[in-house]
Amino acid sequence: MITLNSVHKSFKDKHVLRGITLEIPRSGSLVVIGGSGTGKSVLLKCILGLVTPDQGQILLDGKDVSVGNREAFLDRFGMLFQGGALFDSLNIWENVGFRLRRGPKALNKSDARDKAIEKLRRVGLGPEVANLYPAELSGGMQKRVGLARAIATAPEIIFFDEPTTGLDPIMAGVINDLIREIVTEMGATAVTITHDMTSVRAIADQVAMIHDGTIKWHGTVSQMNETTDPYVDQFIHGSATGPIAALR
Amino acid sequence: MTQINIAIQQFLGAIGHLAFDFLAQIGRIALFGMSALRHMVTGPFYPREFFTALVQIGWFSLPVVGLTAVFTGGALALQIYAGGARFSAEAVVPSIVAIGMVRELGPVLGGLMVAARVASSIAAELGTMKVTEQIDALQTLSTHPMKYLAVPRILAATLSMPILVAVGDAIGIMGGYLVGTHRLGFNAATYLKNTVDFLEAWDVGSGLIKGAVFGFIVALLGCYHGMNSGRGAQGVGRATKSAVVGASVLILASNYLLTEVFFTS
Repeated sequence: MITLNSVHKSFKDKHVLRGITLEIPRSGSLVVIGGSGTGKSVLLKCILGLVTPDQGQILLDGKDVSVGNREAFLDRFGMLFQGGALFDSLNIWENVGFRLRRGPKALNKSDARDKAIEKLRRVGLGPEVANLYPAELSGGMQKRVGLARAIATAPEIIFFDEPTTGLDPIMAGVINDLIREIVTEMGATAVTITHDMTSVRAIADQVAMIHDGTIKWHGTVSQMNETTDPYVDQFIHGSATGPIAALR
Repeated sequence: MTQINIAIQQFLGAIGHLAFDFLAQIGRIALFGMSALRHMVTGPFYPREFFTALVQIGWFSLPVVGLTAVFTGGALALQIYAGGARFSAEAVVPSIVAIGMVRELGPVLGGLMVAARVASSIAAELGTMKVTEQIDALQTLSTHPMKYLAVPRILAATLSMPILVAVGDAIGIMGGYLVGTHRLGFNAATYLKNTVDFLEAWDVGSGLIKGAVFGFIVALLGCYHGMNSGRGAQGVGRATKSAVVGASVLILASNYLLTEVFFTS
């Protein structure tokens, strides 16, 4: 469904992506793992067109993502950002219903609010938070609001950028379960970026490991547990010794 | 000798780099401004963001512009009176205060005060949105940041600044009037008559046009530096500083050019 062919991206003299080639199948859950600063977030931003690749091609259903109607393209995606990226100036229901109020299929204010509250309920938040502002919520609640916003229009493809970073283990477990449930019930294609191996095992059908700007390994969760690949082995065991430099 | 040549080359190279960086920055700001103008005339338009910006930029700047104007008008009256006394020309105080306020001091000082208050606040707000990925989030929600963030602010500043200048002009003239009548012994009716008689419509109109241009500059620089902010608190701080400094310098430079265009032909 999403195909990346030899995607390169550099920022000045820092080569972040050095030829990423990857197939992301429809209706599956792919988790991309890799150390900090290896280009995982840049990879997602390249697919969404937030960052323009220097070289290579990104295809969605066989069509180049850089051409065509951008609004129609983005309508197919939802994204949960690492820090939530909730709009400070809008209250919670306005954040969740942001896209519902825009575009050709825009809902009126009352319907958008009802739908936003329904999505908030889906992520375990009650209607009492609807009129609060993001600054009034805890980190875990903000993540859930971000998740509600990402699924508000029932997109076909959802990206999760480090969904459990900064959360306590219990809240991380709640978010992992929510992601798994929602992706399964919506039949969506999910791509998640994480360092957290508990999340990988809870969310992933497929795992891809990115290192040094390329995909070093790609397989299923059970294959990951049995692989002898030194990069994957070092990463999943959190070992300081191995082919991945501990100090980068 | 060779070492001196190398040092000279390095020195000239550094100056060249600075000059190219400066020109590139001007080019980027010009392109950003053109893009903002293009997005201004193509939909969608966000009225809620526009009215919020109008209140933030226009209404909340009134106290600072008013205070600046009243003290400037008063000080101007004292200075002109003291200077005019050398030529026995104290009677020109009302007309010079009025002309000075509406042509120059009202728009320029108002513009600088709004630059300090508004360019910094826009740059800090949009810079924070940039570093917390809110601008990326806007894009993923099929909303163009230029239309949603920049256009409402630039339009609000361009439209509200002439009104702020008009209010500042009136308050500045009133400051001159208060000092003139209570401190310098002018007759109140004569002071007002001299103010009105010597003031022409173009004096006021040129100041209002300057105000609109300065409002555009203030919001443009705030949006440009905010949306191109570097990472972290330091990046946002640098963006804020650049927005205020850039807007202030551009206001003074464009004031000179506009004065050339308006009053030397």
